[in-house]
Amino acid sequence: MPRQKIVIDPVTRIEGHAKISLHLDEEGHVEEAYFHVTQFRGFEKFCEGRPFYEMPSLMARICGICPVSHLIASAKACDAILAVRIPEGAVRLRRVLNLAQILQSHALSFFYLSVPDLLLGMDSDPATRNVFGVMEANPAMAKDGIRLRQFGQQIVEWLAGKRIHPAWVVPGGVGSPLTAENRDRILAGIPEALAIATRALDWFKNEMERFREEIRSFANFPTLFMGLVGDDGSLEHYSGKLRFLDAGGHIVADYADTAYDNYLAEIAHPWSYLKTSFYKPLGYPDGVYRVGPLARLNIVDGIGTPRASQEWAEFRDLDRGAVLSSFYYHYARLIEILYALEKIEQLLHHPDALDSHVRAHASVNNTEGIGVSEAPRGTLMHHYKVDRDGLITWANLIIATGHNNAAMNRGVLQVARHFVHGNKLTEGMLNRVEAVIRTFDPCLSCSTHADGRLSLEVELRSHKGELLDVCHTR
Amino acid sequence: MSAHSPIRVKTLTIDGRECGAREDQTILEVARENNIFIPTLCNLPGLSNAGACRLCIVEVKGVNKLLPACVTHVSEGMEVTVNSERLAKFRRGILELVFAERNHVCSVCVTNGHCDLQSMALTLGMTHVHFPYRYPRLPVDASHERFVVDHNRCILCSRCVRVCDEIEGAHTWDIMSRGVECRVITDLAQPWGQSESCTGCGKCVQVCPTGALSEKGKSVAEMSKRRQFLPYLTLMREGRR
Repeated sequence: MPRQKIVIDPVTRIEGHAKISLHLDEEGHVEEAYFHVTQFRGFEKFCEGRPFYEMPSLMARICGICPVSHLIASAKACDAILAVRIPEGAVRLRRVLNLAQILQSHALSFFYLSVPDLLLGMDSDPATRNVFGVMEANPAMAKDGIRLRQFGQQIVEWLAGKRIHPAWVVPGGVGSPLTAENRDRILAGIPEALAIATRALDWFKNEMERFREEIRSFANFPTLFMGLVGDDGSLEHYSGKLRFLDAGGHIVADYADTAYDNYLAEIAHPWSYLKTSFYKPLGYPDGVYRVGPLARLNIVDGIGTPRASQEWAEFRDLDRGAVLSSFYYHYARLIEILYALEKIEQLLHHPDALDSHVRAHASVNNTEGIGVSEAPRGTLMHHYKVDRDGLITWANLIIATGHNNAAMNRGVLQVARHFVHGNKLTEGMLNRVEAVIRTFDPCLSCSTHADGRLSLEVELRSHKGELLDVCHTR
Repeated sequence: MSAHSPIRVKTLTIDGRECGAREDQTILEVARENNIFIPTLCNLPGLSNAGACRLCIVEVKGVNKLLPACVTHVSEGMEVTVNSERLAKFRRGILELVFAERNHVCSVCVTNGHCDLQSMALTLGMTHVHFPYRYPRLPVDASHERFVVDHNRCILCSRCVRVCDEIEGAHTWDIMSRGVECRVITDLAQPWGQSESCTGCGKCVQVCPTGALSEKGKSVAEMSKRRQFLPYLTLMREGRR
């Protein structure tokens, strides 16, 4: 039997465009696997020459799913250029906005993109293995997902004026304070959203039994984990120190978030527009690390809200050290939804939640600024340099999916080795290869700061490189 | 004998409506007095007329070319057409050329939602630009302490030039070069921050129809222009002459 290459193109139910190629040896075993991100965009280049205060809104255009995450990281980088400490009220409102964004994005990832696999089964008919299939099989669950995402988006709208690409987060703070009416509207919606989150968590925990094989093989290997933690080591999405944790659950180091350059490096591979980051002290590929919900719940010492804390304790019991299987990204995502709701409630109950002092004004006081925050998919870094007049001369963005790239590639290989055999391709095999990517909830339009669409294509190639079979999934 | 010669009254029709006008009035002024809408971008009450944007073109019976209403004076028996299929098509075309000429990206512009160019496109029903965009590489001058000029968003209406000359009296702004090379400049094309004539009054920023001139630090969609001052200033200065 000749060596072959299988290409899954496009990868479906993810955000952006990608394909996967699997190389099989003479025996039909998977030898190598690549996750190719096929879109290119160029934000870092075309922002050059623009005034820095346009950056939050300009950079937010990278993505329609998580514009808020970019707004936050970008505005923080701009705060650093202004060299101001923004008002406490603005920090609180930015935190609420960021959590609302995480809430809606997690709801999208879980209910819309992954529940079809989890509810209907990895091997179910691909024609109905989508959110419409979920609506038919379990309408209540589909409704829950839609409602939860809507609530997150609505909080964004009530705070920032619109759901997608609001311009409300500005260098120095936010555009306007929160009104009492909107605070009350948000608070009124929390109990229903908490009930949905709890239902989803209970369901997922019950279903986990059915996915033992996936849990064992879905990017389940030791890596480092990275993310922001608060000064006391608690779960943090807005600002803090960057923690690296090893697979055994030991803290490797806590760094200042603005010094990322000292411990992170990026390399580019010829097969993908998505750069790969790694932890410098260990080099590449040993310095592979993961970010996002799984990483965040692994690195923290505590959660800080009552119900999410309980769930977190249960979650951490899954493994002795860090929780290693990427299948548990789903689980971590649900716990974070619970946390986000509880935390938003806490923030809005703050006595100064309606404080009208929400913006600091200054001109260019630094020629360089770095902003780091936690986006739904992991740590997001915006780094700008400006000239004396505040025009951008250089920009660098490191996006969650870039941090996860090395782990995703290894995950694809692991799943493919486990499930894909010989030259007989079944749709269910390939769906698992895609599903491991979905656990990471990659956002490819963000991570390439590039252009594109995400659905999957698998190519089967001989060792000479000739194409034997192609499988498209939609 | 009086020092003033008496101003004569002329009668004309605009879109078939009979209108009375003073002989020193323009078609645009008479149309506005009679609540007849003629689109304009470079015109701004309180400033002189430049005839720069050509959006106010109208048809005059017996004249075989289109005339800009803002600089065409009335005459007796004039028959003016302001609204016709042909004019609407030309006006949209002019507007499309304005959009194609530079880099007008509304979604990330400081004046998004408060922009005369943007609202004019809506008013005239411009849905697409049928000309290829030029995408010129134009600089942003942020050297001034409080203001920024972004040539990507300039439509060369010359409002800034006129307000600076006629109202502030500084004449910091002017226009250099010709055709597609045209650009507004401060002093002798020096960075704005180094201009010796600029008083920093900011009137140019407020009269600018787009996001070309804006206050520094204003974020996307935050820059709305205040122009209420203009008629008062004009009135006060004329009164003192």
